[in-house]
Amino acid sequence: MSDNRLEVRQVELEILRYNPETDEEPRFQTYTVPCVNEWCVLDALNHLKDNLDPTLAFRWSCHMQVCGSCGMMINGEPKLACKAMLRDYEGMIRIEPLAHFPIERDLVSVADDFMAKLKRVKPYLIPGQPRTLEEGEYKQTPEQLQRYRKYAMCINCMLCYAACPEYGLTPKFIGPAAISLAHRYNQDSRDGGRDERQEEIATTEGVWECTFVGACSDVCPKHVDPASALQQVKVASTVDWYLEHFMSWVKK
Amino acid sequence: MSRRPYVQEVSRTAWFFKRPRYMRYMAREVTCIFIGIYTLILLVGLARLSESQVDYEAFLAALRQPSSILFHVLALAFSLYNSFTWFNVAPKALPIQIGEEFMPDSVVAGGHYLIWVALSLFILYWAGVFGS
Repeated sequence: MSDNRLEVRQVELEILRYNPETDEEPRFQTYTVPCVNEWCVLDALNHLKDNLDPTLAFRWSCHMQVCGSCGMMINGEPKLACKAMLRDYEGMIRIEPLAHFPIERDLVSVADDFMAKLKRVKPYLIPGQPRTLEEGEYKQTPEQLQRYRKYAMCINCMLCYAACPEYGLTPKFIGPAAISLAHRYNQDSRDGGRDERQEEIATTEGVWECTFVGACSDVCPKHVDPASALQQVKVASTVDWYLEHFMSWVKK
Repeated sequence: MSRRPYVQEVSRTAWFFKRPRYMRYMAREVTCIFIGIYTLILLVGLARLSESQVDYEAFLAALRQPSSILFHVLALAFSLYNSFTWFNVAPKALPIQIGEEFMPDSVVAGGHYLIWVALSLFILYWAGVFGS
């Protein structure tokens, strides 16, 4: 195997810039950045900021696909810049802030809308039967854990919102990640907060805005599969409706 | 310093041209128009049948027009595409957990295909396609 992993090559980056103090609208700026073949796009951006243009703004923290801060559009696809490897790209790489979100500055998106939605769906454990400290921890079998484990992997990177055309067209849609997290807690054997969360997610702004494009699951860097969570919420909500309207004698 | 975020507009009429996966989604959705038209034709046929034999014969004659046959071939192709795309994503909506494992997607989707084939054969048998 010829080892060209440490080879340096010139990579052209076309980056969308927006300065709220001076610009009326965003514009592309092209840079040529010397990059090591094994770098990811985030490495290239950091090299660019440290050596060529310190004014470029972008978010990042962990550089290891855990913090969910460096989400951006890379050649039109929502990606974590730390997970997008330069070796997978040829020619000029176009980098833009996440689609569907307002641009704060350069590659920094305004996340306020997502944060507010996340809060609305109560993504935390609401114990069904509260236990005192003396009674010890809430126990769970591996089987019960498996039921929601996939959905607990979400890192709130918002790539699914940038991929979801429904969110782009109807910004009041609660969206893939927030509903998946609500589903994660609804599926938890220790939880008793389902009714409260259903008030938010089993609604027109919730799952019923979703038309199952499936783009959220395609782009999710943690394989959360939000599309599956939303379809399962739809099925469960439909069952709820029938139980309530035609079989009200059946206790849930 | 005050914030002045730039709002990125989404085209309401051309957004699905942006990514191939959006096009595939629209293809799946558009096929249902043909299924809808086919259903309407079926309803018209039922109405004619309830009116008189002459009306029904005229309806059957209309079905034999080349344009009608072309439409039905198209509608069949599109409804197959619609069914395949939906059956393939069915495992997402209906995960079946057994112990700590989930059933493979192929089993859940395969179950849909099996039921589909069985129902189709039953209806064809019921309609007398296999002879008396």
